[in-house]
Amino acid sequence: MTALTGSACFHCGEPIPAGVRIHARIAAREQPVCCHGCKAVAEFITGAGLDDYYRYRNQAGARADETPRPDRWAAYDRPELVERLTRAEADGARSITVLLEGLRCPACSWLADKALRLQAGVLDVSVNPATARARMVWDPARARLGDLLRMLEHVGLRPHPLAGEPAGQVALAERRAALKRLAVAGFGMMQVMMFALPMYVGGMEHGMQEFFRLVSMLISVPVALYSGWPFYVGAWHAIRGRTVSMDVPVSLGILGAFVASVWNAMTGRGEVFFDSVTMFVFFLTVGRYVEMVARHRAGSVADALARLAPVTARRLRDGRSEDVQTIELQPGDGLLVRTGEVFAADGVVVDEVEGRVDESMLTGESTPIAKGRGSAVHAGTQNLGAPLRVRVAAVAGDTVLAGIVALLERAQAERPRLAKAADRAAAWFLSRILVGAVLVFAAWWVVDPAKAFPAALAVLVVTCPCALSLATPAVLAAATADLARRGVLVTRTDAFEPLARATQVLWDKTGTLTRGLVRVEQVEPLRDEAADDCFALAVALEQFSEHPIAKAFVAGGLTVAPARDVAVCTGEGLEGRVEGRRLRIGTHEFAGGLAPAVPTAPPAAAAGSAVAGSWVYLGDEHGLLAGFRLTDPVRAEAAATVASLAALGLSSTIVSGDAAPAVATVAARTAIGEFAARLSPQGKVARLQALQRQGSVVIAVGDGINDAPLLRGADVAVAMGRGSALAQTSADLILVRDSLDPLPGVVALARRAQTIVRQNLAWSIAYNLAALPLAALGLVPAWIAALGMSLSSVLVVLNAARVAQRRDRAPRAHWADAAPARVG
Amino acid sequence: MEILFLMVPLGMVLVGAGLWAFFWAVGSGQFDDLDSPGWSVLGDDAKPEDEDSRSP
Repeated sequence: MTALTGSACFHCGEPIPAGVRIHARIAAREQPVCCHGCKAVAEFITGAGLDDYYRYRNQAGARADETPRPDRWAAYDRPELVERLTRAEADGARSITVLLEGLRCPACSWLADKALRLQAGVLDVSVNPATARARMVWDPARARLGDLLRMLEHVGLRPHPLAGEPAGQVALAERRAALKRLAVAGFGMMQVMMFALPMYVGGMEHGMQEFFRLVSMLISVPVALYSGWPFYVGAWHAIRGRTVSMDVPVSLGILGAFVASVWNAMTGRGEVFFDSVTMFVFFLTVGRYVEMVARHRAGSVADALARLAPVTARRLRDGRSEDVQTIELQPGDGLLVRTGEVFAADGVVVDEVEGRVDESMLTGESTPIAKGRGSAVHAGTQNLGAPLRVRVAAVAGDTVLAGIVALLERAQAERPRLAKAADRAAAWFLSRILVGAVLVFAAWWVVDPAKAFPAALAVLVVTCPCALSLATPAVLAAATADLARRGVLVTRTDAFEPLARATQVLWDKTGTLTRGLVRVEQVEPLRDEAADDCFALAVALEQFSEHPIAKAFVAGGLTVAPARDVAVCTGEGLEGRVEGRRLRIGTHEFAGGLAPAVPTAPPAAAAGSAVAGSWVYLGDEHGLLAGFRLTDPVRAEAAATVASLAALGLSSTIVSGDAAPAVATVAARTAIGEFAARLSPQGKVARLQALQRQGSVVIAVGDGINDAPLLRGADVAVAMGRGSALAQTSADLILVRDSLDPLPGVVALARRAQTIVRQNLAWSIAYNLAALPLAALGLVPAWIAALGMSLSSVLVVLNAARVAQRRDRAPRAHWADAAPARVG
Repeated sequence: MEILFLMVPLGMVLVGAGLWAFFWAVGSGQFDDLDSPGWSVLGDDAKPEDEDSRSP
């Protein structure tokens, strides 16, 4: 459970910024929270009688969004949108599937479930934490979709309605089918073993033996044909594509042994291999199942796009505005984007206003960009300033956002050079096995035709890469389970291999090395007034601004009398009256402008100017009163993480879209020697490729959408759990707890996993090589081949479990330690 | 040992029944989410009026 003590927010677990004194009343006790958003969520949750959430969750909640946003859920009450997004159910009910952003643990899904069921008219809710999806069924006569979505946002789980949602349905169907096949293979294997054992022991009457063989055959039919079906389909596709996949010898082995056994069982002569067949199918099906689960967790790019682009937009036509669906927009349309809304399309600002747009999703630039008449704005970015009228220039696939996604897909296609090499090696190995089996068959056909088939089959079973194929996935499954307990989600298990060899780490700055939130770090009084008093005066003025810097002041929750006669001077600061004093807050020149003589250099505060952050000054008619140092604080654990990685032999580089001074200070704080500032997404990728050309194996750690191409191209991609959706989907690892801490441990674990994989491979290859000549000579009966194969597999799996055993554990509950490693 | 000629088919019928039950459970979505139902037991202090208004 996340530590919720000390100065961490009760709801989201983030450290509470200096000067913040907000409390939420939970179960008759005052609990500290970091912002009013979290306070509202925490009080809502307990107020609705859902406070058990705080007892059972194992991860902190998502930080509540304080940005004032217009009620975008009202649009979801419009009938045509409901029609498009939802599905008709029995008795006039409607159902919808939504993606829940911030759904992280079973307690979150419990919360979503309860919160929805408390609403009148909700008929059914099912929340799946694995896919972060909730399906709800409601009665349109008694509940409205907008209200349900609003409720979800209230409890801190931002919903993203998914139209149609084919991908999730496909994944669900695939999972169910795989479970059924696994069950049939498992049951069948156990039953057949039960009948096989007495036959091995021997001493049975002939009639009973015949009976057992027929029963075994009966049980094997569904195992071989139903559970084994995916392998035959895969083999068929491979053969049609003129390649050899693992499925080909597997299918040949299964079908060959099965058909021969059926023939022998019917004729009552020779050996039957039903035990080998069923065990073989079962082990392979387990392997496939583990693979499938990992693949499903990875999610898809389409999900991420669903979160970014708004479903509706406000179109201006003939002086009137109307809500339309984003897909109806055409280039040339007028668009009204209100404060807090996300742009639905690329366009050009037509108003004579000074707007501010948060482009951090596209550029990583943390400060909002000023936009005036003629400025270009992009889909997916958020309007933080005044409402803007925009002429649409590009929609859907032509937007910058779509371009980044395309870049991402191309990088994705380019990556798996290692995977290709492994595939080629496997194909080479497999084709030799097939040729070997044919040769053995031919040789025996000449020497002793009766032994030709059993010998060829023994070769196929013995060389069957069962232990070989388990050697890697078993280790990866154990490692994945171990990492999940440490708060690291593995979406692509291939990543372990480059992770173990990695030599270089590329860091994004905003939101990765830093927390991505502007805070008041230090108050430096410049005259005789106390720091606290200066801060209160600053808050009084800043209440009137929506600028992110102002939010850093107001987030403190300090209640002060508001200033009067406040005027905003864009780009400079604020001026107003507090308790009769004329005050200014802003840049050095602006704040000092009220006094007759202005010192040219920032005074006493300059002593701290070598320290990170930018300065904002407060001044009155007699000169400057105080300086405030604002930072996007570097994560507390960042320096230690970089040092630990360096100790493991990995050097670090920062690649950032941000300005050079900000990047330099972060580099100094984290002791990272190399950094590059003002890089576009393409620039980051170029930098990455240059490193890769020099032979570096690169881990990229990122957050924003602009990092997505970088993450895709990197050998290993790591995304912060709080990062934007798209970055997460292109990541191999997700740091779910929004902390860099686990990273060195992950590298160490990957290296240990690599060692154990090598041991496993060495063992299974040695076993196969030793068994192959014996099988080819006809000395290995099928049952010994199958037994050897199983023991070999068990050994490999037990060895794999060692990955999780030797580790430096964080202090945690004993029962959690005692839980055995989950292995495929 | 002739009793086996009866017991083995009976055993297979049982296996078949078990499989059928499992297929039914998978089909009705009971294996779609293996994590959160465990928690719901801990958290459920259902209020009486909730029971009838909630369909499954």
